[in-house]
Amino acid sequence: MTDLTSLTLAEARKGLAAKTFTSLELTDAHLSAIEAARVLNAFVMETPDQARDMANAADDKIAKGEAGPLAGIPLGIKDLYATKGVRTTACSKILGNFVPTYESTVTAQLWRDGAVMLGKLNNDEFAMGSANETSCFGPVGNPWRREGSNTTLVPGGSSGGSASAVAALLCMGATATDTGGSIRQPAAFTATVGIKPTYGRCSRWGIVAFASSLDQAGPIARSVRDSAMLLRSMAGHDPKDTTSADVPVPDYEAAIGKSVRGMKIGIPKEYRLDGMPAEIEKLWSEGAAWLKAAGAELVEVSLPHTKYALPAYYIVAPAEASSNLARYDGVRYGLREQGKNIIEQYENTRAEGFGAEVRRRVMIGTYVLSAGYYDAYYLRAQKVRTLIKKDFEDCFARGVDAILTPATPSAAFGIGEKGGADPVEMYLNDIFTVTVNMAGLPGIAVPAGKDAQGLPLGLQLIGRPFDEETLFSLGEVIEQAAGRFTPARWW
Amino acid sequence: MSVDAATVRRIAHLARIAVSEGEVPHLQGELNAMLAFVEQLSEVNVEGVEPMTSVTPMQMKKRQDVIDDGDIADDIVANAPATEGHFFLVPKVVE
Repeated sequence: MTDLTSLTLAEARKGLAAKTFTSLELTDAHLSAIEAARVLNAFVMETPDQARDMANAADDKIAKGEAGPLAGIPLGIKDLYATKGVRTTACSKILGNFVPTYESTVTAQLWRDGAVMLGKLNNDEFAMGSANETSCFGPVGNPWRREGSNTTLVPGGSSGGSASAVAALLCMGATATDTGGSIRQPAAFTATVGIKPTYGRCSRWGIVAFASSLDQAGPIARSVRDSAMLLRSMAGHDPKDTTSADVPVPDYEAAIGKSVRGMKIGIPKEYRLDGMPAEIEKLWSEGAAWLKAAGAELVEVSLPHTKYALPAYYIVAPAEASSNLARYDGVRYGLREQGKNIIEQYENTRAEGFGAEVRRRVMIGTYVLSAGYYDAYYLRAQKVRTLIKKDFEDCFARGVDAILTPATPSAAFGIGEKGGADPVEMYLNDIFTVTVNMAGLPGIAVPAGKDAQGLPLGLQLIGRPFDEETLFSLGEVIEQAAGRFTPARWW
Repeated sequence: MSVDAATVRRIAHLARIAVSEGEVPHLQGELNAMLAFVEQLSEVNVEGVEPMTSVTPMQMKKRQDVIDDGDIADDIVANAPATEGHFFLVPKVVE
């Protein structure tokens, strides 16, 4: 039998249906891989007993012919998702040993469809970071290394554990979340596929909140098809989230292999940055050429407010975070540090429980919302956000079906290499992805090639609201042309 | 715009985060780096532009005003650092 961990989700589904192997065998193969890859620090909690129970239950259902669409498929869950009875921390000390008494809507839907939980995955603390270096459980290693080098690189962030685990074949797919690029940037750094669906597509209920008007759940997977299968189960209306969209979820897998002939693909000139590495430029042109060869039409488009998306994001996101994170007060759950009175108890708890990046963002958010500064910062940023969204609307109104851009301005970098002196250096990682969150649009990152040092690079496709299907069709064209990439095992 | 040391202390207190004197200069530098970065927004003409309130055009949904959940007091206090019965315990707030 071939190594079960090297299958795609789609291949595993076939093998399970044909009874070539059981979910328990598939699950055990992944549990062994996780054990052997602890040096990557991708999992912050392994749940082998629960995984085997779920696998046995899935095998029963498969035997009875009652298998759901993800029956018996072992997945990893980002530690931002509340999982009933299983510690959930958002990788922050302030949540301590928080054990939810409820299950997030998205994970509940995965279990409804038969998936198996292998454990909880590492991420940047409260999803604030682009390298998975702010986690209270320590950094995650990228399974990819530069050719001829032993330096451990970051997997990107905030969904670094999800991306690393999928790339290292520790799970068949993973849940992730994306507020400014946290699904697409780590996917690009690890040669995995990540899709952030339209805002409102997936319920945010039971997912630890960072910036509520930007946060969206989505999968990281080994192929475009796998990501379509996962999103179908994760998406859907939820009355418990007022921003969840009451629109039907299509069969995303049906979009795979659909012709893209005649589609209009926008190439935004503002994404051509000064000093952009030549290999990113080359990758972008190659991607455009692949889509053209498949029958799509390329058009140059303009998104004039692109350069303002990242600064506007660094007002809106911290402002919302400062409000959301006010709940961590040491009273109802999580860490409590003593103080002389209740105010001091709050202050000591939050100083001890939040890491440096979270403290910084909560403080900047508090400042931009404070009396006298609200109009100058927050209100202005929300107006700029309207302009950013209008740029995309104008572009789609001219008949553009999707927009092609690079996913990141560089390949993965070493742990500790960026953002040490100036936090803004790290923030620039999200320059191509953050516009999509600001406009609430769907975006997919697909592996498209490697840089001169052998590190993976990805392309991003941005779609119309609720048109993830077009992204899957176009993403498949890129995947077919570029091929799939697997790291050489060193761990 | 930039913040001085007194403002850093005031923000920290508003955010209910204890900050030691030694941390102030460092935080001041980081906050000012972020403020310098967002300064470029002042060059955008936002005259007559509506601030975004909802990224997708949707009506705010309203639930029926009915009781559909409850009797889960045990669940609610399950993760609290200090409780007595179904109450959260905190230091004395009112003298």
